[in-house]
Amino acid sequence: MNNSIALKSILTKEVQRFTRIWVQTLVPPAITISLYFVIFGSLIGSRIGEMGGFDYMSFIVPGLIMMSVITNSYSNVASSFFSAKWQRNVEEMLVAPVPNWVIVAGYVGGGMCRGILVGLIVTLVSLLFVDIQLHNIWVIIATVTLTSATFALGGLINAIFANSFDDISIIPTFILTPLTYLGGVFYSISLLPEFWQGVSQVNPIVYMVNAFRYGFLGISDVSLVTAFSVIIFFIVTLFTVAMVLISKGIGLRS
Amino acid sequence: MTYALEISALEKTYKGGFQALKGIDLTVEQGDFFALLGPNGAGKSTSIGVITSLVNKTGGKVKVFGYDIDTDLEKAKSFIGLVPQEFNFSQFEPLVNILVNQAGYYGVSKPVAIQRAEKYLKQLELWDKRDEPARTLSGGMKRRLMIARALMHEPKMLILDEPTAGVDIELRRSMWDFLKALNEEGITIILTTHYLEEAEMLCRNIAIIDGGEIVEDTSMKKLLAQLDVETFIFDLQANLTLTSLTQFAEQSQSIAYRVIDDHTLEVDLNKSQNLNQIFEQLNAANIEVLSMRNKSNRLEALFVSLINKKSSTTKAKQQSAVVGAN
Repeated sequence: MNNSIALKSILTKEVQRFTRIWVQTLVPPAITISLYFVIFGSLIGSRIGEMGGFDYMSFIVPGLIMMSVITNSYSNVASSFFSAKWQRNVEEMLVAPVPNWVIVAGYVGGGMCRGILVGLIVTLVSLLFVDIQLHNIWVIIATVTLTSATFALGGLINAIFANSFDDISIIPTFILTPLTYLGGVFYSISLLPEFWQGVSQVNPIVYMVNAFRYGFLGISDVSLVTAFSVIIFFIVTLFTVAMVLISKGIGLRS
Repeated sequence: MTYALEISALEKTYKGGFQALKGIDLTVEQGDFFALLGPNGAGKSTSIGVITSLVNKTGGKVKVFGYDIDTDLEKAKSFIGLVPQEFNFSQFEPLVNILVNQAGYYGVSKPVAIQRAEKYLKQLELWDKRDEPARTLSGGMKRRLMIARALMHEPKMLILDEPTAGVDIELRRSMWDFLKALNEEGITIILTTHYLEEAEMLCRNIAIIDGGEIVEDTSMKKLLAQLDVETFIFDLQANLTLTSLTQFAEQSQSIAYRVIDDHTLEVDLNKSQNLNQIFEQLNAANIEVLSMRNKSNRLEALFVSLINKKSSTTKAKQQSAVVGAN
């Protein structure tokens, strides 16, 4: 069987899904980010002064872009895969000779496409408020790609376990959002007391935001090697978990 | 000979402990039109679920065209087209996308998939709706969409779980014609249905499942031959008179009949009697027959008797077990 056609079919379906409902999927992040810039950038940011040697608006741009990438990669896969379970059209794939890795790659690819597209939209909106500088484009591309893959995998696992629409909003609300806000989007973790700096180091989002910020500004609270090691560790772990769950048919087969 | 489907000692026990399949054995020959009948909760959908890998089996073996689903699952899946009982497509996607994506899951390239989508949507009279989201279709159209979807990879075996449920008579008959034509092309068809007339009309072989066990597995002809009594309804040319009726009653003492109204007579015929005999007696009594038909679906009567026989056997076994225990 030609797995590349199956992969392309899942990926196309996923991209068609979020572009068909673009008002729900692509517009809100642009509006949200504009509000962040107006409130934290222009109104409050101007009173904060510099952070990490840059004005506050420039400092928070990478974090805000990354926040949008994380949220959208995660929620795209979580809602799409759960909807497929709920409407039972996931059975279209389960009865077909599609290998499990193709299902995982297709959905994760779809989540990555939305995360990266939203990241681009948010970057364009940011240009209305601040001049963005690029320190290392390859670090930016690598970080955004790997981070979106990590959270798309997380969204998939969430959807596999979910039994109701409430179940796909619990993780983003109670885990993802706090981790993102405490992940150094709005501040440098070097400003925190030593104890909280240590606590922050178990938050994976700190590594993603800092690696991404390095790509733009050339500054980071953590080393790039550590940051990429952490991200790759999460990707491998989450991919393995997703594969095991789908192979066993957890939440999919009775 | 390689069977289209070969099931042996298939068992399924759900998490709560409910045993849906109790070691069933079943074979379906290539090119067959096979009916799997049974009351609600008998294990039909569970069996189909296991064959199509939507349900994990607890024990036993399933082979599809010789490929074991434990060792060659992907190969086995490639032979099967499934039309499930419940609608299971995205309600928001246009029909063409649903079909083309489904073909893609089987490795069919997009240009070929588009051609096939056009072919099947036209054959199933859905072409005008091709760009509409699936949620806008009527119930009958949704059923036909699922048939089109199941055919997109041109399977060698089509499994239909209650395909005509909720479909009007005219549409049901056109679906029967469509399925007959597919079978004539060589596609093996396995059908579950609540319309026993449908099974009788379409299928050559039949298995009846009840309580997770196969209670009958035979050809449709042999099954119908088990019927002892058939009831015929005679529509009469003229009003029945007392004289003609008395004359008929005298001649046909071994025949059970009922007068439904002054133009209708109902006659029970057992295996030792034939219709010629009845017509002779009706003629002699000056009763002219305008038309004649079967009273009820013959298979339905047999189905009920088989299920009842099975449940009384089970009860007897349970009682003797209780007596033995005491």
